[in-house]
Amino acid sequence: MSRLTIQIPGLDLKNPIMPASGCFGFGREYAQLYDLSKLGAIMIKATTVETRAGNPTPRVAETAAGMLNAIGLQNPGIEKVMNEELKFLEDYDVPIIANVAGTETADYVEVARRISAAPNVKALELNISCPNVKCGGIQFGTDPATARELVKAVKAVSEVPVYVKLSPNVTNIVDIALAVEAGGADGITMINTLVGMRLDERTGKPVIANGTGGLSGPAVKPVAIRMVYEVYKAVNIPIIGMGGVTEAQDVIDFMSAGASAVAVGTANFVDHFVCPNIIEELPAKLDALGVEHITEIIGRSHR
Amino acid sequence: MIRQEKMTVVSQKQIATNIFELTLHGELVQEMTPGQFVHVKVSDSLEPLLRRPISIANIDKDNNEFTMIYRAEGRGTKVLATNREGQQVNVLGPIGNGFPVDAVQEGGTALLVGGGIGVPPLHELAKQLNARGVKTIHVLGFQTEDVCFYEDEFSALGETHYVTVDGSKGTKGFVTTVLESHAPAFDVFYSCGPLPMLRALEGFYPEKEGYLSFEERMGCGIGACFACVCKTTDQVEKDYVKVCSDGPVFPKGTVAL
Ligand SMILES: Cc1cc2nc3c(=O)[nH]c(=O)nc-3n(C[C@H](O)[C@H](O)[C@H](O)COP(=O)(O)OP(=O)(O)OC[C@H]3O[C@@H](n4cnc5c(N)ncnc54)[C@H](O)[C@@H]3O)c2cc1C
Ligand SMILES: Cc1cc2nc3c(=O)[nH]c(=O)nc-3n(C[C@H](O)[C@H](O)[C@H](O)COP(=O)(O)O)c2cc1C
Ligand code: FES
Repeated sequence: MSRLTIQIPGLDLKNPIMPASGCFGFGREYAQLYDLSKLGAIMIKATTVETRAGNPTPRVAETAAGMLNAIGLQNPGIEKVMNEELKFLEDYDVPIIANVAGTETADYVEVARRISAAPNVKALELNISCPNVKCGGIQFGTDPATARELVKAVKAVSEVPVYVKLSPNVTNIVDIALAVEAGGADGITMINTLVGMRLDERTGKPVIANGTGGLSGPAVKPVAIRMVYEVYKAVNIPIIGMGGVTEAQDVIDFMSAGASAVAVGTANFVDHFVCPNIIEELPAKLDALGVEHITEIIGRSHR
Repeated sequence: MIRQEKMTVVSQKQIATNIFELTLHGELVQEMTPGQFVHVKVSDSLEPLLRRPISIANIDKDNNEFTMIYRAEGRGTKVLATNREGQQVNVLGPIGNGFPVDAVQEGGTALLVGGGIGVPPLHELAKQLNARGVKTIHVLGFQTEDVCFYEDEFSALGETHYVTVDGSKGTKGFVTTVLESHAPAFDVFYSCGPLPMLRALEGFYPEKEGYLSFEERMGCGIGACFACVCKTTDQVEKDYVKVCSDGPVFPKGTVAL
């Protein structure tokens, strides 16, 4: 297994595979299916100060090789996440990356301060890129100056390294990446979903109650790879890549583009065992590439 | 416990217009109860991507076989309908909390009300209620005669009324039309079907114990993604329930209709 270890700020990973935020809840359901300790890390569902009810249904719709979702950051709020969900995850030998969301800077700071103190939270992932909530989220992620200031404010209170999750819904993702690096971010996670819409064949109206939803799944992988490739060239902090990962080859692709680790989102709904399966398949992939340790392929597309 | 299994097709039959009966063989069957569902990956390719939730219509534990009945309408269910004997189907299940069979005492009577493609899970329920010595009355609503199915199966288990919107079979109208004219005596009702039907039924029997099975668009199917969440009524302490993991069956009065 030592061929798969990765060290990035705050995270000592057994392997570079982790479920992406929002696609794995707080781990409870998948814990019924397999041992969560197999995972490199777990990115838990977005957490806000207060309980959030989320958007009306239908919240998901299938698209070509992908899906749209507009869950709306439904979560039980920081109190319950700390006392119940993170407690539950303490039974597993797996670092937790807490996905932090809010409406204004003060909310992010409050969640970051409290959740970063949890014993198993080894890093934060600032969600400045959720396209499905009216305020908080994406507007923090589309303006470089706002993004930089938010990162600074959170860095000042966080007890663990801070990763920032970038939105693909911008004109130039490199600008945002540089801004969060300047703000003191320890790493970048990317990409969140692409804003999309699907219309009902009969009525011509949007299928998702919210109108728009975030596109994810294999359909977005080329966009994500391109963005990881561009950001890797521009920044000096590590990247956790995601967007359409469904098999071991996708992991190789993201790491070749410059990612140090890889998150799996939508694929967890399609094959509930996809994360452990990929972890198992990776050594054979490395053999085929003639590589001893997985870190050797990080950024190889640039060499 | 929920597991993923490649189950083998025992048979695939068309039983009405666009309605198929698919029987699968595998170990998962041992864990199934009526009203639960399976989450089916209809193709190994990326198209269609998501799984499809389908109810369990018939459980045969002796032979490790179960049946689902589905309408081949959209992309996924059309692919499912191409499966032939001996082929393998990727099934995740059994999922959710089904109908409480023991809510009716032996010698009691249960009213089972189904609408369209909500009828299938009531079949296994009726079988298990009968096996416990409970009398079942079935009121089954469909659009037209050509999409009706399982008349012999339900009739063999108890009094069965068919209702069609266009009157081509049985009573013309909705399930409530039959309930109004026949006023059956019963102890507990169970229902699965379109929302307007569930709503009408809840209003029809405010004083009775009842269980309703819901449908909602799904992502994960196991409770992790919050796609299938429903608001609850004031009678319930929780703010919301998930159809996939808390349901699909809920006691009457749980979900805000
Ligand atoms: C708990 C549960 C049990 C069900 N049991 C049965 C059954 O026994 N027999 C049967 O025929 N149908 C059943 N359904 C409905 C069935 O899941 C949908 O008809 C089916 O998913 C449609 O897929 P498609 O490929 O034909 O349609 P498409 O329109 O191609 O599907 C596109 C997407 O929408 C979703 N979707 C479409 N219609 C529905 C719907 N009514 N409910 C939920 N998701 C939907 C699909 O799952 C898919 O993700 C059940 C649904 C639920 C939630
Ligand atoms: C149903 C669903 C819910 C999501 N919820 C969140 C969330 O709460 N926070 C977040 O940062 N990203 C969320 N995402 C985005 C994913 O973490 C991921 O960035 C995106 O789906 C791309 O990866 P994929 O193509 O592998 O799914 C969600 C995605 C989906 C499909
Ligand atoms: S479908 Fe994911 S929570 Fe129900």
